[in-house]
Amino acid sequence: MTTKLLFYPGCSLQRTARPYLDSLVAISPLIGIELEEIQDWNCCGATEYIAIHHLASHALVGRNLALAAQQSNGTHTVMAACSACYLNLAKTDSYMQVNAQLNRQVNDALQAGGLHYQPGTVRIRHLLDIIVNDIGIEEIRTQVVRPLKGLRIAPYYGCMIARPDRDNRWDNVEHPLALDKLMKAIGAEVIDFPLKTHCCGGHMTQINMPTAYELIRRLVYGAAQYHADLMVTLCPMCQLNLDAYQSEMNRHFHTSYHMPILYFTQLLGLAFGLEPEVLGLGKEFVNASQALSRIGIEVPATELELEMVENKPARKKKEKAGLPMPQMRHSEEEDE
Amino acid sequence: MMSKINHSTTERVGVYVCHCGSNIAGVIDVEAVAQWAAEHLKDRGVVIARDYKFMCSSLGQELIEKDIQELGLTRVVVAACSPHLHEATFRVACQRAGLNPYLCELVSIREQASWVHTDKHAATEKAKAIVSGGVERVLHHTPLDPLHVPIHPATLVVGGGIAGIQAALEIADAGFPVYLVEREPSIGGHMAQFDKTFPTLDCAACILTPRMVSIGSHPNVTLMTWSEVTNVAGYVGNFTVTVKKKARYINTDLCTGCGICQEKCPKKVIDDTFEAGLGYRKAVYTPFPQAVPKYPVIDHVNCTYFQKGTCRACEKLCPTDAIDFNQEDEIVTLQVGNIVLATGYDLFDARRVAQYGYARLANVFTSIEFERLSNAAGPTNGNIVLRDGVTVPKTVGIIHCTGSRDRNFNNYCSAICCMQSLKFAHLVKERTGATVYNFYIDIRTTAKAYDEFYQRVLEEGAIFVRGRVAEVTDASRMPNEEGKLIIQVEDTLAGLQRRIPVDMVILSVGLEPRRDSHEVAKLFGISCSSDGWIIEKHPKLDPVATMTEGVFVAGCAQGPKDIPNSVAQGAAAAARVLGRIQQKEIALEPVRASVDESKCSGCRICNGLCPFNAIIFHEDRMVTEVNPALCQGCGTCVAACPAGAISGTVFSNEQIFAQMEGLLLHNIEHPPLTEGVLA
Ligand SMILES: Cc1cc2nc3c(=O)[nH]c(=O)nc-3n(C[C@H](O)[C@H](O)[C@H](O)COP(=O)(O)OP(=O)(O)OC[C@H]3O[C@@H](n4cnc5c(N)ncnc54)[C@H](O)[C@@H]3O)c2cc1C
Ligand code: SF4
Ligand code: SF4
Ligand code: SF4
Ligand code: SF4
Repeated sequence: MTTKLLFYPGCSLQRTARPYLDSLVAISPLIGIELEEIQDWNCCGATEYIAIHHLASHALVGRNLALAAQQSNGTHTVMAACSACYLNLAKTDSYMQVNAQLNRQVNDALQAGGLHYQPGTVRIRHLLDIIVNDIGIEEIRTQVVRPLKGLRIAPYYGCMIARPDRDNRWDNVEHPLALDKLMKAIGAEVIDFPLKTHCCGGHMTQINMPTAYELIRRLVYGAAQYHADLMVTLCPMCQLNLDAYQSEMNRHFHTSYHMPILYFTQLLGLAFGLEPEVLGLGKEFVNASQALSRIGIEVPATELELEMVENKPARKKKEKAGLPMPQMRHSEEEDE
Repeated sequence: MMSKINHSTTERVGVYVCHCGSNIAGVIDVEAVAQWAAEHLKDRGVVIARDYKFMCSSLGQELIEKDIQELGLTRVVVAACSPHLHEATFRVACQRAGLNPYLCELVSIREQASWVHTDKHAATEKAKAIVSGGVERVLHHTPLDPLHVPIHPATLVVGGGIAGIQAALEIADAGFPVYLVEREPSIGGHMAQFDKTFPTLDCAACILTPRMVSIGSHPNVTLMTWSEVTNVAGYVGNFTVTVKKKARYINTDLCTGCGICQEKCPKKVIDDTFEAGLGYRKAVYTPFPQAVPKYPVIDHVNCTYFQKGTCRACEKLCPTDAIDFNQEDEIVTLQVGNIVLATGYDLFDARRVAQYGYARLANVFTSIEFERLSNAAGPTNGNIVLRDGVTVPKTVGIIHCTGSRDRNFNNYCSAICCMQSLKFAHLVKERTGATVYNFYIDIRTTAKAYDEFYQRVLEEGAIFVRGRVAEVTDASRMPNEEGKLIIQVEDTLAGLQRRIPVDMVILSVGLEPRRDSHEVAKLFGISCSSDGWIIEKHPKLDPVATMTEGVFVAGCAQGPKDIPNSVAQGAAAAARVLGRIQQKEIALEPVRASVDESKCSGCRICNGLCPFNAIIFHEDRMVTEVNPALCQGCGTCVAACPAGAISGTVFSNEQIFAQMEGLLLHNIEHPPLTEGVLA
C-alpha cells in the first residue's frame, strides 16, 4: 500500500538541505510513500517573517495551503520535512480556524491571486509523524538489510515538531521517543539524549552569533558527553546550525568537537542498503565518514575536509549496582 | 403534549415565595409573583399566596404551619432555593402542622431563575411559570409514609490505613463488631512506610504500631488482610458483602510469625509496594517486621515452587509445619449494617513528567522512595545516600508540586506535600548536613503548628527558590555542573533563570485517587469525581457520608489530606455509624421507583443503569423489580424504560406532565427568548 502525500519541500530542501531531499526521495518508494509536490509553492516565511509582518506572513502560507487544497486528488495530507515549514503551515491553518478575522483577511489577500482557502481542508503533518505513526516502525524494520549496529546516535528533535502537540501525535512533548524508537528499529544504539528538544539557535546565527554559539555548543557538548558518534536531525535549520557553524563555534570557545549531524532519512537509507552517494552523504561540513566507517560504511570525502582533533572527555562512570533503579514502563518492549 | 388543564380541584393550596434576602428578591419581583399566584391560580386551588424574607427561618416555617392549621391547607408549594438545600426543612414543617410531608413541593426560583438571569422582568415571569408548575404538580402528590428498616449492628471497614484503623477502633471500642478488610498482607497503609511525621517529627511507627496491635487483638474486630471485597448487595442496615480472602499458603493457626521462612526463602524480589521499589523482599514475606497480622504470605507469582515446581525450602524449615501450598482462595459472606470506605490514595507516577528525569536519571527519587531511604528500618538503614548505595549527597533539590497544580496533570493541590517537603529538608540537613534547595510555587502550611515548622526549617538554613522547575538534566554546560543533576528554574523572586547543580533530586509527587477507584465506587454503589476521589454527600456539611445511605468515607479516599485530618474523618465516620446502630432502625425516604410487572417487557434496558444497584431481574418470570430499600429515587430507570413500566413516587409521569402544563400556562407573559429564560 502506498501513502500518497502532498509534498511541501520548502526552500531549504532545494539548497542547503539537499541531502535531506535526496535521501527522502531515495527511501520513499521503499517505505511506500508517494510524493506529489505542491505546484508553484512559495516560501513559508521561515522563522523571521511572522515577527515582522503578521498578516503578510499568514497570507504567504495561506497561498500554499490554498494551492494544496486545490491540488488534492486522493489525499488531504500535506507533508513537510522541514520543521519550520511544518510549524508555519500548521500555525496558519489553525489560527485561521479559530480567528475569523484573520481568516477573512488572508482570504481577501488570496483573492488577488484568484485563490481561496477554507481552513481545516488539508491536514498538515511532519515527515517523522507520517513515518512513525502511519507507515509504522514495524514496516520500517522489515526493510532493514544493513542494521546500523554499533553506531551511537543522539536523537535530536529540535523545538518545533513536538510542541504544541496538534492531535496528540507524540508520546511525550517534553521528552519524545518517536525518533529514538525509529533509530533503534534500524539497529542503531540510541542515547537517552537530555537535550533532544532544546533550541539549536534558530535564527540567532543571523542576528546574534555569541548566543548562537552557546546554544550550538550545549547540544554538541551534550551529545559528546554521551559519546554519541553523531547526531540525527529532522530539520534543515537544526542541521545547518549545528553542522555549518560547528567549526566557528569551536574557534569561538577554543574547543575541538567533531560531531557529525545527519538527517534521519539518510540513516534510514543506509539501513535499507542504499549507497551513501544517493543519500547525499559526504555533503555535510562536519565529516561523517569516520563515524560511519566504524560500521563498515565508506563515504566519499566531504567537499570541505576539516581537520579536527578528537578529544573526548572520559567516559561517564557506569552506575554500580546499589539501590534498584525504577523501571520505565514498557522498557523491555522498547529495548529489545 | 397532553391536553390543557381543565379539570377542577378541591385541594386547598398555599404558595410561599421566598426573598432569600436579596438572593431572589434582588432579581425577581417576589411580591408580584405571590400576587399573581393568588389571583391567577385561584381556580387551581390556591387559597393563599405569600412572600417572605427568609422562608427557612423559624418564623417562615411557622407561617406555613399556621396556615395549614387555620386555613386548612391540603397542599403546600414553596418557591425558594434548590430542593437539595431545604426540601427536608419544609417537609418537616408541614409534618409538624399535621400535613403529610410529601404533600409539600419545593420549586427552585433561586438556582434556576434569580441566580442565572439579569433581566428582572423575564426572571419574574419565569418564576411565575415555575410556581404554576409546582402547583400543578403538587395536586398529583399522594401522602406517603417512610420505610423503616432495621440496622445490622456490624460494620465493614474497607482499607486498613490510619483512617480505616481509627474508624474500626472507635466502633469496636463502643462495643460493636467490625470487619476490617485490607488488600495488602498487613494493615498500616502509607503511614507505615514513613520514618518521621510532620510537624512534630514523632516516629511514625511509634504512634502507628500500638493502634495496629489493638486492631489485631481487639475482640470486636475481625481482621481480614490479603482480602478484597468482591460484591456488595442489600441496602443500608442490611448489606450482604462478599469478601475474597486470597490464599496466603500459610496456616495461620499454626504459624507463630517466627520469620524463618522469610529468612531462608531463596527468591528475592524488588518490593514495589512497601519499599516503593527501593528495597527487596522474599517470595514469602511480611511487608515489615511490625506487620499486623504477623503471618507472612507467599507471593505465588514469584515463588520458585509455584513457578518451577521445586524448592519448598520454607516448608522444610518451618518449625510448626505452617506452610500449606494447597490453600485456595476463600470466599466469605458478611452481614453488615454500615460500610466505611477508607481506601486511601496512590501516588502520582513521576515518569509522566519526563523532563524531571525520574526512571531515567538514577539520582532522581520520589518522595515515597525518600521516605524509605530515610527510614531507619528501610533498605539503607536510614542512611540518606545516592542510588549507588554509598555516596552521601552534598546538595539536594526538592521539587514541590510534581504532578499537582499543573494543567497537564492534576489541577488540584495535593495538600500534604509542602509539609512533607519541609520534613525532608529538615531530615536531609540533620542527617547529612547537605545544602538543601526547595523549589516551590507557594508554600502551603495552613494547619496547626505547620507554619512554625516552616520557620524552623528556614532557620536551619534550607534554601527556598520560588518557581516551577523547567527541567532536571544531566546535560552539563559548565565544568562545575559535570556529573551533577542540574535543575533549571526561573527564580521568580530574583527574576532570573537559574541552573542549580545538585547531587540528588527529590520529587514531591502529588496524591492521586486509587487507580481502581472507579471500580470500587461502582462496587459500593457510590460515585466519584471525574478525577476519581469519592464524592461526599456535602462538601462542607456532610463530608463523611456519601450519596448512598449507609456508606461512609474517611481519609484520603475522599481527597488529599494529612494524618490528623484522616484520623478525624475516620472518627467522624465511626460516630455517624454508631449513631445509626444506636437507632436500631432507620427511616428511608419513600421516594422510590417501582415496576409495573404487567407492563415490563423484560428488555433489561434499565438493569445496568441504576447507580445504586437497586434493580433486580427475575429470570424465571422475565420481569424487573426495584428493591425499594436500595432505590434512592433518582429516576434514571423511569426515564429509560421504553415500555413506561417504571414509575416513581413523587416523580410519576402524571406529576411531571402536570408540572409541564403548569410551566406553559397560557396567561403568563412569555418574554422574548433572547436570554433563553424559559430553559
Ligand atoms: C511521602 C509522603 C509523606 C507523608 N508524610 C506525612 C506526615 O509526615 N504527616 C502527615 O500528617 N501526613 C503525611 N502524609 C500524608 C499521609 O500519608 C496520609 O494522610 C495518610 O496516610 C492517609 O491515610 P489513609 O488511611 O486515608 O490512606 P492509606 O494510608 O493510603 O491507607 C489505605 C489503605 O487501604 C488499603 N486499600 C486500598 N484499596 C483497597 C481495597 N479496594 N480493598 C481493601 N483495602 C484497600 C490500602 O492497601 C491501604 O492499606 C504523607 C504522604 C506522603 C505521600
Ligand atoms: S517459618 Fe512457619 S511459623 Fe515461622 S513465620 Fe514462616 S510460616 Fe510462620
Ligand atoms: S517455596 Fe517459594 S516461598 Fe517457600 S522458600 Fe521456596 S521460593 Fe520461597
Ligand atoms: S501542598 Fe504544596 S507541594 Fe503539594 S501540591 Fe500543594 S502547593 Fe504543591
Ligand atoms: S426497561 Fe422497563 S421493560 Fe425493560 S426491563 Fe426495565 S422495567 Fe422492564
